[in-house]
Amino acid sequence: MKHLISIEDLDRGAIERIVMQAERFAEVSDREIKKVPALRGRMVLNLFYEASTRTRSSFELAAKRLSADVVNFAASGSSVEKGESLKDTVLTLSAHKPDAIVLRTPWAGAAELVSRWCSAAIVNAGDGKREHPTQALLDVYTLRQRLGQIDDASIWIVGDVAHSRVARSNILAFQRMGARVTVAGPPTLIPRGIQELGCEVRYTLDELSSADVVYALRMQRERMSETWVPSTREYASWYQINARRLTPRQILMHPGPVNRGVELSGEVVDSPQAVITAQVEAGVVVRMAVLYELLAGAREAPLAGTGASATGNGRPAKVPTGTPVVPAVGAGRPG
Amino acid sequence: MSVKEPLICGRQVPAELLLREVHVLDPRARIDARRDLRVRGGQIAELGEPGSLDASADEELIEGHGRLRLLPAFFDPHVHLRTPGQEHKEDLESGTRAAAAGGFAAVIAMPNTDPVLDSAPLLRSLRDAAAREARVPVGFLPAITRGLEGEQLSEMAELRQEGALGFSDDGKPVRSAGMLRKALQYQRLCGGVLALHEEDPTLSRGGAMNEGAVSAALGIAGIPTVAESTMVARDAALAGYEDARVHFQHLSCAASADAVADAKARGWKVSAEVCPHHLLLTDEDVRGMDTSMKMHPPLTTEADRMALIEALRAGTIDCVATDHAPHAREEKEVPFEQAPMGSTGLETAFAALHTSLVLPGVIELALLVERMTAGAALFELPTPSIALGGPADLTLVDLDAVWVAGEHGWESRSENCCFAGRQLQGRVLLTIAAGTIAHRDRALAMVDA
Repeated sequence: MKHLISIEDLDRGAIERIVMQAERFAEVSDREIKKVPALRGRMVLNLFYEASTRTRSSFELAAKRLSADVVNFAASGSSVEKGESLKDTVLTLSAHKPDAIVLRTPWAGAAELVSRWCSAAIVNAGDGKREHPTQALLDVYTLRQRLGQIDDASIWIVGDVAHSRVARSNILAFQRMGARVTVAGPPTLIPRGIQELGCEVRYTLDELSSADVVYALRMQRERMSETWVPSTREYASWYQINARRLTPRQILMHPGPVNRGVELSGEVVDSPQAVITAQVEAGVVVRMAVLYELLAGAREAPLAGTGASATGNGRPAKVPTGTPVVPAVGAGRPG
Repeated sequence: MSVKEPLICGRQVPAELLLREVHVLDPRARIDARRDLRVRGGQIAELGEPGSLDASADEELIEGHGRLRLLPAFFDPHVHLRTPGQEHKEDLESGTRAAAAGGFAAVIAMPNTDPVLDSAPLLRSLRDAAAREARVPVGFLPAITRGLEGEQLSEMAELRQEGALGFSDDGKPVRSAGMLRKALQYQRLCGGVLALHEEDPTLSRGGAMNEGAVSAALGIAGIPTVAESTMVARDAALAGYEDARVHFQHLSCAASADAVADAKARGWKVSAEVCPHHLLLTDEDVRGMDTSMKMHPPLTTEADRMALIEALRAGTIDCVATDHAPHAREEKEVPFEQAPMGSTGLETAFAALHTSLVLPGVIELALLVERMTAGAALFELPTPSIALGGPADLTLVDLDAVWVAGEHGWESRSENCCFAGRQLQGRVLLTIAAGTIAHRDRALAMVDA
């Protein structure tokens, strides 16, 4: 794997490999010194064109735990505000020879474009409303922690599917892992043609009890003013996941940040069914696994069965063999 | 209303040449045979049996070997020459050079320039510039409403006196039915076809591609086809009510073609055009998010494409127009949603349609030639034809020549062509526009060899 741009580029084997790698890295997070030298001397550039605290800090932490150098470049307050194009920004920053660029933009397809303009490994940290593949991977990781395996699980993704890159990546990833996916939400926020991705579509939560996992999406406040739905109140009364709708055996997920009282009621956020903080925790280890896969894994022995990326040559990476991935050299003794 | 000569061209050098043993095809003139054709003083002077004419010393001889086709030159009622104000994308010279390279002997330029072409002084200065620079005759459609803002009519009568061919707010719809109705009424005074870009902005707003499975998969906001078809239906009804003449630009979907067919069945004075990209590409071609595939109206589904081909064949859609819309490289080299709408098309239109519609037998070559020349009459101009004594508006093509679009660059100043990189069959070797040689392919020198 040269880049991580879309879940479409990953087959089940590739997803499992990353998730299993993340499981090994989880052990590092429990150590007193939470750092390994796997990517020592490598440089990870966080290039963010949208405000993001969680995703950016999660990538930053992941890179630092692997001993990589991290540079954060936010579009606001930079040359971008002086009119520099995405291409010129990338070319300029490439002069610093980053090994990986973690890219978040409001534009679909931007990660793929950038991968053509520079030699660094590109990690898509959100391209417009298209995809957010590391979110999907950490969600798969979290679910596997809970369920063991996802095959045949029924997963409902509820809310503003139209404006959600998380929804698109997760529909693909959950299905790759054998789950059945249903999307549900107000008809104004379910894009025409979404069922072509293989998911079912519902406009009410009447059959929500059939779900094993309920994945609520963030309902952005500005969507109300754009009259996608009549009011927050009406949205909440029809689509809020609350104690009345959530059955005790169901797992509740949410990509954060939560609007309490809108898409989720306060009591379900705090319930033991909610794995929302586990998702955040998973974010770091899964992003460690992704960076490791792209920057260290790609040089290992090839193995068939990896998904070719849209632009790269699909160089496969090493499948973990159960031995600790943490290199012995200087383990646990950084700096 | 008396108008000035509506088509303006640069320097005229009347062609003197003999085209020997060319296969002449002009469906309107009912010619489909080998002929020798002499152009003298820019006019078609002789049309004889193959091998019957000999070149004199002062004329160029081009041998067709019975293989090269001589067609009436094409007419494009919809191009963007970007002048004034956006000459970094295209200008009158480069745009008409691209037209000539595509076999077009005349084009009609749209008014969405900077400033907008909406006043007589600006039209005068543009016509002056065209008289200096244009390689093929150019006509202009000034704006229906001032600044394309849909608030107030432009001075249509004065513009007509200064040579406006008609009017268009292309790039934008005339949003208000009441405003369009006033323009249609005013047409009784000043004449001139109203060419309409049909789009309901309340339906299309925010969209960057056709709404459907592909937009859902890409997470790009979609434009539903009803954004166009409902406006076509509305404006056809307005034209019918006012007994006015309208032309629907760049139809993109089955529902719009149906609306036009319905209007024609009622006897309303409507006509329509379709672009090569809507006849040959679909929203599946947007999956790679190549910004050359981003245009307005967007590429639609296969079912729409099939319906458009059928409508063109049946005559519901009268003519082919390229909507040649150049944009600079840096403007298009951005993420898909940020990119401006439009693809260039003049240089590839004939070859692309020949390759994908004529060669597989979907439509006849004669019908394609008819539809690529029909735009002239829709704008009350003489149709290019191969007739003795008439002006030479001719295109010589090699239907066997295989080439890759853009492999040797473009005559256009921009390179945002949706067919770039595709292998095409059929190449324009020579274009004579208004009696002057406007384009000559490098390969032409090799024909005799």
